[in-house]
Amino acid sequence: MKKTVEKEISVRFENITKTFGSVIANEDITFDVYKGEILSLLGENGSGKTTLMNMLSGIYFPDEGQIYVNGEKVTIASPMDAFRLKIGMVHQHFKLIDVFSCLENIVLGIKDKEKADMRKAAVAVNEICNKYGFELNLAKKVYELSVSEKQTLEIIKVLYRDAEILILDEPTAVLTPLEIRNLFTVLKNMRKDGKTIIIITHKLNEVMEISDRVAILRKGQYIDTVKTSETNENKLTEMMVGKKTTLNIDRTEPVNVQDRLLVEHLNLRNMDGTKVVNDVSFIARSGEILGIAGIAGSGQRELLEAIAGLKPGYRGNVIFNRPKKNLPVSFFHKTYAQVVNMAKNGAFHYEDGTPVSFDGMSPKKIKDLVNSEKVLFNEDEVYNLRNLNPRKIRELGVRLSFVPEDRLGMGLVGNMDLVDNMMLRSYRKGKGSKLNRKKPEALADEIVKELDVVTPNIHTPVRKLSGGNVQKVLVGREIASSPKVLMAAYPVRGLDINSSYLIYNLLNKEKEEGSAVIFVGEDLDVLLALCDRILVMCQGQVTGIVDARTTTKEEVGLLMTSTEKEEEVKENA
Amino acid sequence: MGDFSWVLVGLIDAISLAVIFLFGCIGETINEKAGNLNLGIPGVMCIGAAGGAVGALVYMKTIYKVLPIDIDAISFSFGSLVSYILLMLFVIIFVTIFAGLSGLLFSFLTTSLKANQNVTGLALTTFGAGFADFIMGLIRTTENKPLFTIASKIIRFHLPFNEAALGQAGMLLLGNGLFVYLCFALAIVVFLVLNKTRIGLSVRAIGENPATADAAGINTDKYKYFATMIGCAIAGFGGFFYTMSHVGGTWENSATLQGLGWMVLALVIFTVWNPLLAIVGSVIFGFLMSLPYVIPGIGFVEMELIKILPYAVTIIVLIFTSILGKKNVLPPGSLGVNYFREER
Repeated sequence: MKKTVEKEISVRFENITKTFGSVIANEDITFDVYKGEILSLLGENGSGKTTLMNMLSGIYFPDEGQIYVNGEKVTIASPMDAFRLKIGMVHQHFKLIDVFSCLENIVLGIKDKEKADMRKAAVAVNEICNKYGFELNLAKKVYELSVSEKQTLEIIKVLYRDAEILILDEPTAVLTPLEIRNLFTVLKNMRKDGKTIIIITHKLNEVMEISDRVAILRKGQYIDTVKTSETNENKLTEMMVGKKTTLNIDRTEPVNVQDRLLVEHLNLRNMDGTKVVNDVSFIARSGEILGIAGIAGSGQRELLEAIAGLKPGYRGNVIFNRPKKNLPVSFFHKTYAQVVNMAKNGAFHYEDGTPVSFDGMSPKKIKDLVNSEKVLFNEDEVYNLRNLNPRKIRELGVRLSFVPEDRLGMGLVGNMDLVDNMMLRSYRKGKGSKLNRKKPEALADEIVKELDVVTPNIHTPVRKLSGGNVQKVLVGREIASSPKVLMAAYPVRGLDINSSYLIYNLLNKEKEEGSAVIFVGEDLDVLLALCDRILVMCQGQVTGIVDARTTTKEEVGLLMTSTEKEEEVKENA
Repeated sequence: MGDFSWVLVGLIDAISLAVIFLFGCIGETINEKAGNLNLGIPGVMCIGAAGGAVGALVYMKTIYKVLPIDIDAISFSFGSLVSYILLMLFVIIFVTIFAGLSGLLFSFLTTSLKANQNVTGLALTTFGAGFADFIMGLIRTTENKPLFTIASKIIRFHLPFNEAALGQAGMLLLGNGLFVYLCFALAIVVFLVLNKTRIGLSVRAIGENPATADAAGINTDKYKYFATMIGCAIAGFGGFFYTMSHVGGTWENSATLQGLGWMVLALVIFTVWNPLLAIVGSVIFGFLMSLPYVIPGIGFVEMELIKILPYAVTIIVLIFTSILGKKNVLPPGSLGVNYFREER
């Protein structure tokens, strides 16, 4: 029946172009959003969805083009203008003041004296909460809120400003399945009220579930708008990625599997004393990819940081095992003095089993002997990493490639160029006090070539590269030193599909070369396709280690929330 | 029990120092609450001192000639009252303009041109000190010097109480010049504005997270400009009070005042960005500063040790606030960081 009614256009983008420096974020975008519909804005990371919506909400100003709201030409120069037009945006990274109460956040910036009055606002906000079924203690400070509560607060904030056009930027990224369902119910109620809702996402199943129509952006360009009822996930992917994707992860059978890293009863508390890693034990094996699944913030990050030596003061053991028995000694990882010293302690033997003694030999003879690979180890090398500092751990070949939200935070230095960033790993090498840039330059060149890093040259500060390219540089550098253990936390966060698969293939290559790879991921499909085993964490605990080849998404999903459910039951009882 | 009358003497001196600190502290707190770490405060106070001196001189050369005040007389005629009020107006206007303009300079560099706040602040301190020394050298000619002494006496004027009847404790409370009371009242007003009004909410929001404030429709640049200018104007009165009241209208060079200005920066941390606590904090700082000169029979080493106390106390407060890590005693979230909306 609705179809017969002439649809009213709520927002119209006309020839919108926005550039940042030399990067074109949006190019000549034209499309309409109708009143009372939920429109999904679909596209890969970096396709310009957020930029476009930021122009509607007054954060950015378009270089070219025109926005119409309710049929009228408008100029949105600041967020204030957007509010006047009843446009409200819930940003992906919440725009809330941590030290303010919920109510203070809601009235913040409201010019109207009536509406900014705290007491009156409290009443009005409670009405909104009742209407849509939100539950929120308005007196609470924002830093006391959970992620989903923060999002609720953001939505209330927008509603309190009488927004008729709501923009939600990746609202489900941080929510549990149950919270997502609640959010969708709220959104549907809003649609009933005649509000226009634009939801930015790249999760196809959600697009199919919630939206009336889907607008697709690709690399800053507008592709098309389709009715959700007339499309399917495959068609959407094709439009989003641009070509029929033949992106398969080539998972090989593990070869030469050995226990490489034994984590035993690892316990870690964070600064304010809460347990973030709770009695975690597992084994990472060489030639294998161990996936770690879990809702964001379940302790994955802290676990890896502990192993890498960045969180001293944890309890438990991290045993690093390098099988050396009956393998030849080399100077590759040891200095000459170390080798001589170890021989004194009887650490080596000859091929026939007799113990090695270097007594009375000239240094040259010792070197020749070692280089001839006739000197063999007696025992495997076993270290407990708990007592070691990050430098020692790196020297053993444990690498952590880490991608938190600020990918330039821990791995790379934004203001330094590619070459200098390569040197962060090798500046201790070499003699003399003068830096040798030859090798890092060669490495940077190699990474740029092999991984297709888009950069003007290797002397560009990495902060100027896009997220995906920064990630390639980081992972490339970590892999270049052929680590024994490679830990990658969210290595594809913020990358487009093609770059993601490039990273997956790099991890696979490392696995084939005998590294023990630990991969913390978000996308369950990828975890299932890439990993050999998957460790599932929930609230700092291991809720299960499953075989990735036989398990299902449902099983992993259940494990991801298992302790949570137990607690809910306890609370209800 | 020993003789502790020196405590009272110390407190009287402490009040005078406290006013310098408190003006500076309120000003810097407003700056920092809006996210501007203004290290130029010592310079701003020097500029305020210069402004106050110019204001006082203009008054002495014009109004005072027509409407002189006999400060030693017990009765206070209508003419003197008008003259007194005009002096107050003169210095307030001049200090506000001088110090406020230095705030404008700081805002223009950091808010509009996005210059580094630390560098800008340090430059402002150097500039302000030099500027004050220059102006003072210019106007403090031999014939003008007595005028400053008279102006200072008028500024320190208090209602003619019977000192003997009030006693030292009474004088401590009532025997201060107008600016002392203005200053303490101002601390309360600023506290209320910052914490109980919409303007204050917006200012604090900008200091915590300018992107959020911006998205909420607050004109962050405008607020930063005004907060810095008002803050600097208030801090300027600290410098003015130092020359025209604390040291009785004299001026050697800007060094001492600069030193007090640096202590103001410590005081802001000590009082965890709260103007009400600043009242207490500034008195404590003032008392600790005056201690070495009032404790009877104190040696040189002890004297120097006591002088360190304000800084030691600040460090201890920093340690405690950091360990406790309570969100409401931490510095504003984006203190010292410039905001640019379209930055990616």
